[in-house]
Amino acid sequence: MDDRVILRVGTKVLSPFILLFALYVQFHGDYGPGGGFQAGVIFAAVFVLYALVFGLERAMKVMPAKVAYACGALGVALYLGVGYLSMFRGGEFLNYSYLFDPEHDPTHGQHYGIIGVELGVLVTVFGVMVALFYAFAGRRRVDT
Amino acid sequence: MMDMALDALSWISITAGLFFILVGTLGVLRMPDVYTRLHAAGMTDTMGAGFLILGMLFQTIEAIAHGESAWWFILIRLVLIYLFLLFTSPIATHALARAGLAGGLKPWSAPGDDEE
Repeated sequence: MDDRVILRVGTKVLSPFILLFALYVQFHGDYGPGGGFQAGVIFAAVFVLYALVFGLERAMKVMPAKVAYACGALGVALYLGVGYLSMFRGGEFLNYSYLFDPEHDPTHGQHYGIIGVELGVLVTVFGVMVALFYAFAGRRRVDT
Repeated sequence: MMDMALDALSWISITAGLFFILVGTLGVLRMPDVYTRLHAAGMTDTMGAGFLILGMLFQTIEAIAHGESAWWFILIRLVLIYLFLLFTSPIATHALARAGLAGGLKPWSAPGDDEE
C-alpha cells in the first residue's frame, strides 16, 4: 500500500455516485439534456478512473476486456432487436408505434421503444469506450 | 420584505462568488509556479462556486416561499452539486500537486530566501 490514500479513497467513494449519475443522464434523456451516448461515456469514465488510480491489471479484473467487447456488440443487438421487432409487427424499421399489440396505445410503444434504443446506445458506447481505453493503455512503450 | 432580504442575500453571495473566481483567476495568471497556482485555482472551485451555489439557493428558497413546490428538486440538486464539488475539487488539486512533485518540480521560493 503506497501513499496514494486520498486518490484511492476518493475514487472508491465517488465511483458509485458517478455510475448513478450516468443512469440519471440516461433516463433523463426524454425530458432534458442527456441520453444514451453521454450516459455511456460517463459509465466508461468510471472504469477509466479506476484504471488510472488502481492500475490497468486490477481494472481488467473488475471489467475484463472480453466483457467490454461483448457489451459493444450487445448494445447494437439490442438496438437492432427493437428495430426489427417493430418491423415484424407490421411497421417500418424502428417504428415504435407498432412495438406492442395493436390494441395497445401506440404512445406506449413509442415510450418503451425509445428506452430500449437508448439502452442499446448506452451499452455499446460504454463497451467501445472501455475497449478503446484498454487498447491504448495496454500498449508498451516502444524503444527504437 | 422577505423577498427583498432573500434577493439581497442572493446578490451578496453571487458577488462574493464572482470576487473569489476573479481572485483565483488572477492568481493562476500571476503566481510564480505550479503549487502556488494550484492554491489559487483551488479557491475558484470551492469558495467561488460555493458562493455562487449559495446565491442560487437563496433564489430557489424565494421561489419555494411563493409556493412553487417543483423548485424543491432544484434545491436538492444544488446541495448535491455543492457536496460533490466539495469532494472532487480538492482531490483533483491534490492529484495535480502530487503529479508535479512526482515530475520533479521544485516548489518556488523567494529569491534570496535560501533556507532549505
